[in-house]
Amino acid sequence: MEINLIIGLSTLAIIKAAPLVFGALCGLLGERSGVINIGIEGMMLISAFTTFLGSALFNQWTGGIFPTNLSLLVGLFCGIASGALIAALHAVLSIHYKIDQVISGTVINLLAVGITNYVANVYIDPTHLSGVGVFPTIPIPILSDIPIIGPILFSHQPMIYLMFILVIFMQYLVFNTPMGLRMRSVGEHPRSADTVGIDVNRTRYINVILGGIFAGLGGAIMVLESVGRFQKLMTSGRGFIALAALIFGRWTSNGALGSALLFGFSEALGVRLQFGDLNHIKVIVIVSGLALLGLGLFLLIKKIKEKEINIKKYITILILIVLGFTIMVGSNYIKFPSISIPIEFLGLLPYILTIFVLTGFVRRAKGPAAAGIPYEKQ
Amino acid sequence: MDNQLNKLNPIKIIYISVIVPILAIFTALIISSVVIILSGSNPLIAYSALAEGAFGNLNNWIETILKTTPLIIGGLGVALAFRGGLFNIGVEGQIFVGSIATVIIGTTLKAPAIIHIPLTLLAGVLAGAVWAAIPGYLKARFGAHEVITTIMTNYIATRIITWSIGVNGPLRKTTSFVPETNSLLDTARLPLMISDTRLHIGIVIALILAIVVYILLFRTTLGIEIRTVGLNINAAKYCGIKVNRNIVLIMAISGGLAGLAGAIQVMGLSPYNFTAGFNVGYGFDSLAVAVLGNINPIGVVFSAFLFGAMDAGARLMQLRAKVPVDMITILQGLILMFVAANQIIRGIYRIQIQDKKADKVNLSQGWGGGSK
Amino acid sequence: MKNNNIEPILKIENITKRFPGVLANDRICLDLYPQEIHCLLGENGAGKSTLMNIIYGLYTQDEGIIYVKGIEVEIKNPIDALRLGIGMVHQHFMLIPVMTVTENLMLGQEKTTGLKLGKLSKLDRSTVSAELQELASKYGLSVNPNAYIEDLSVGEEQRVEILKVLYKGAEILILDEPTAVLTPQETDEFFNILKLLVKQGKSIIFITHKLKEVLEIADRITVLRNGKTVGTTTPKETSMHKLAEMMVGREVLLNIEKGQPKPKEKVFEVSDLSVMDNRKINVVNGVSFFIRAGEIYGIAGVQGNGQKELVEALTGLRKAARGNVKLLGNDVTNEDARSLTLTGIAHVPEDRQKHGLVMGFSIDLNLILQTYFQSPFSNLGFINLDSIHENANQLVKKFDIRTPSIFTPVMSLSGGNQQKVIIARELNRPIQLLIVNQPTRGLDVGSIEFIHQQIIVARDKGVAVLLVSAELDEILSLSDRIGVMFNGKIVTEMNTSEADRAKLGFYMAGFSDEKMFHKE
Repeated sequence: MEINLIIGLSTLAIIKAAPLVFGALCGLLGERSGVINIGIEGMMLISAFTTFLGSALFNQWTGGIFPTNLSLLVGLFCGIASGALIAALHAVLSIHYKIDQVISGTVINLLAVGITNYVANVYIDPTHLSGVGVFPTIPIPILSDIPIIGPILFSHQPMIYLMFILVIFMQYLVFNTPMGLRMRSVGEHPRSADTVGIDVNRTRYINVILGGIFAGLGGAIMVLESVGRFQKLMTSGRGFIALAALIFGRWTSNGALGSALLFGFSEALGVRLQFGDLNHIKVIVIVSGLALLGLGLFLLIKKIKEKEINIKKYITILILIVLGFTIMVGSNYIKFPSISIPIEFLGLLPYILTIFVLTGFVRRAKGPAAAGIPYEKQ
Repeated sequence: MDNQLNKLNPIKIIYISVIVPILAIFTALIISSVVIILSGSNPLIAYSALAEGAFGNLNNWIETILKTTPLIIGGLGVALAFRGGLFNIGVEGQIFVGSIATVIIGTTLKAPAIIHIPLTLLAGVLAGAVWAAIPGYLKARFGAHEVITTIMTNYIATRIITWSIGVNGPLRKTTSFVPETNSLLDTARLPLMISDTRLHIGIVIALILAIVVYILLFRTTLGIEIRTVGLNINAAKYCGIKVNRNIVLIMAISGGLAGLAGAIQVMGLSPYNFTAGFNVGYGFDSLAVAVLGNINPIGVVFSAFLFGAMDAGARLMQLRAKVPVDMITILQGLILMFVAANQIIRGIYRIQIQDKKADKVNLSQGWGGGSK
Repeated sequence: MKNNNIEPILKIENITKRFPGVLANDRICLDLYPQEIHCLLGENGAGKSTLMNIIYGLYTQDEGIIYVKGIEVEIKNPIDALRLGIGMVHQHFMLIPVMTVTENLMLGQEKTTGLKLGKLSKLDRSTVSAELQELASKYGLSVNPNAYIEDLSVGEEQRVEILKVLYKGAEILILDEPTAVLTPQETDEFFNILKLLVKQGKSIIFITHKLKEVLEIADRITVLRNGKTVGTTTPKETSMHKLAEMMVGREVLLNIEKGQPKPKEKVFEVSDLSVMDNRKINVVNGVSFFIRAGEIYGIAGVQGNGQKELVEALTGLRKAARGNVKLLGNDVTNEDARSLTLTGIAHVPEDRQKHGLVMGFSIDLNLILQTYFQSPFSNLGFINLDSIHENANQLVKKFDIRTPSIFTPVMSLSGGNQQKVIIARELNRPIQLLIVNQPTRGLDVGSIEFIHQQIIVARDKGVAVLLVSAELDEILSLSDRIGVMFNGKIVTEMNTSEADRAKLGFYMAGFSDEKMFHKE
């Protein structure tokens, strides 16, 4: 039974992680080139909003003669475009006008809430504008038939696949291309970049605006592959959690994916537990077992990579794995009291996890050295 | 090189600190009117309704003052943190937590008003202070940036409070159909300034606090420490200021002010309880108030008044011109933007005088170990 | 080298550059012949760096013309400069610490491999690293292409900087204060490299304010003062004194007048002190020394040998891992900054803007940063503005701080006046020990003289002084006793009468065997 639960949770975790991954990639581009972006939340909110408006209005104006997916693609385009546009505002404020990047982000968050609520109140609500639907699930032939991995990884809606592709691409871009090299140089030591003829501010503009496209994808996926319509304040902090995922992932694309999955899992857990069919305590025990198992495997791979030779460390890791496994299997034979945790508390998990991540990892993680500092040519 | 700064006389300084915000507001109003026109309403009707709703008659004036009160206190909290180099976005949550603590003491404690009122206020202050000190501690001890942690504590506060006044929640008024708490006992309610109106003494407290915060920042040794930490953490360490302790303290004072804002709302306004949706938005408005007020306690009073008036007038605007109250959020975002990026305003209106801000706080410091 | 038949490879005419309120370059002329080393000499703020930044395309001149190989050129950015064969090694290295040598080398002119995707193609690290090694062996500048910059020593970083410029095809090399971070021996080695470069056909503009070096390496010397060209000369025609006078515009005392020290009792004693840096590596390793009242103890050494961490540990900004520190016989190991200040330690920090001052605060507040909590500046937590202002007015006069008002933010003062604010604050209270770290870095000669005097005055009043400096001249002229720090240890200690540049440089470079030194 718990294997199905874990498959279900993992699949949901990927779905829940996707907006965070897109948001984190937005932050990655910005911060790697030296621009802090706390306006990701607002960018995603606006993009979710325009995605919905774009798809719904296109469908309405064309009288529904085109397939649903076309309307959704139009919506996606609107989301991306508006993400880029609002990112351009952030870029102008923080690069050209050199205002504190934290303030600039706050401005964007305020405007996003104001504009989306306003239009929702004057237009969407009164006209009962309805959504067009969501992208269908497209299982990948053959791969999706692999047990366990198939349903978790290869049976998703299209933007999830896009997310995986973009994560791999971004990892390559940041560390293995001229563009990435320049981006990082501008974020670490802009003067140095300037002295070899790299236009610091231009590089920053490009990266922040490209980042806006990712935020746009993050907003769009919430509409196009989840609820199918816009809800007021629907990002509910995901933009900020995405930032935490970026930091936890040490400003790398792969790392951001990993930490976003962790957040996604915690959110998935909260969602799944709300259906009254599970024993909360039992699920928590199983998940803790899983966490131990996961941690053990993670450390094992890391130590093997580092060519660790201290046998004691491997024994500790082995104990972790065995313990985790035992807890998971053992939980089947124990009768747990049925105490249900209030929904509000279950929803707290990602927020608390964010705080833990920040407290545990920020100090050790080292971000781009010039992030947050406007570049003065002197 | 920066001789302009030295040449500025006081009149020019006042001119700059008044004229730029006014033009920022004006520009924001113009841009907003485009939005209003696009949504099919008449901005002139909207703005005149906004003004009438704020200042049309005594009751409107009172509403404006009532809306101004928490914004002054919240704005002071944000401004104080700003001066210490901390961006307290958690004011929203701190107001909630303060309100709830106020409700708990105000509904349960039995004491004469002279004791009950101060204790209830104190409960709000302490709760807000503790709630804000947590992110402060996390920043001081672990370097977790307060922007993210305070936003997270906002969500956590909201969720826990929603639960506490929800169905079967411990603070839920059992006889009520909507999520709300019991009302405060009579002894815990703030006295009125004008009887038979809603105007309570909160505004007096707020104005006194503005002066207190001003003195704290500019006339005490603690103020020197706070401002040194805000402007240059390395220099603060160099001259022996306990930076970490200061960070926690600054957050606690800031959160205490926010908690007090919540307490005054609960204790001053009928039905003297905490309802879902009550006080929402004051926290974020406080941010804009603090920036617009040039993070100066006296400036905060004026900008809070402006925002209070907008909030108070918004309802009439919605009623008459069919412009949703969310217009105010857009306006505030725009004002914040134009005040922060005041070169835009200077550019549009061709203002020549340069305002080299000497005491500029860098909020991005300590971002994930980035800028030091 | 100077040959009238040969055309200058670089010629600048009447370059003028204005910044708000400052005329940084005023009709400057300069020419550089092929295979020449042309030294540009001047004080800090004389306009040397501005001029070079114009030639390198970081600034644009307001007036004036630049010729390269006889052709008038417009250099709008560093790319133009590099295209014309002009490369520059900046005073503060322009290398990115978290990247490898190869990555730093290719930045801006990346080589790629595989699919041609423009800026999205794959970086070709292996080709560049091979090219780098070829170049390195040609000029005798060995370096590991895959090392990260943050793991390199300062000398290695400088090699990378030069390789970077050569890799980009520079014919004309501009070197801005390249020896500031080197030991005398490293400097000699560096000069050999320069001679090799010239032999291979390069031309060099060498910017410095060190007179000795100029006489040693230059073919010709041009002196700048207050943004103007004072004149061009050759080492044969001039002398140290003449150059100093050209540079400063008046006669300069090359040696500081200083009476004999009258050391009294031991005030400060450090025993077996070890300190870790932020990476938790021991960078100060069992350091012991003492200072007596009325003497100046100088710590010489190349930067990055633990001086920074040592000073931080002595002033309460960093915890020592081992050992102890005694002030007047009391154990003050790992006391915090505030209580050390109160027991009588004054500290002039290495980086005045980062640590020593709150740039946004006015002068009066900066002058009480260490004492604001004491009477008369405050009472029961409330500050007393009158006495703060009075204090500021007095100190501004006493320490000759040039400012329009005591309410001026220190950010708008010159470097020299900023340093005077710190010196005034630190010396104007009862102190037993004065710790000064790089006290005159980047200052003009007038301020340097003033600050040196103040340090000697403090000594003569009976204060024990710890002077940490990377400037050997400063150490030699101020100190009464000298310790040389290398790799976290004080490797030798001597009286100033026994010390000279060569000897100190020998120890600074990490040699410890006296015999070996004599062989050299």
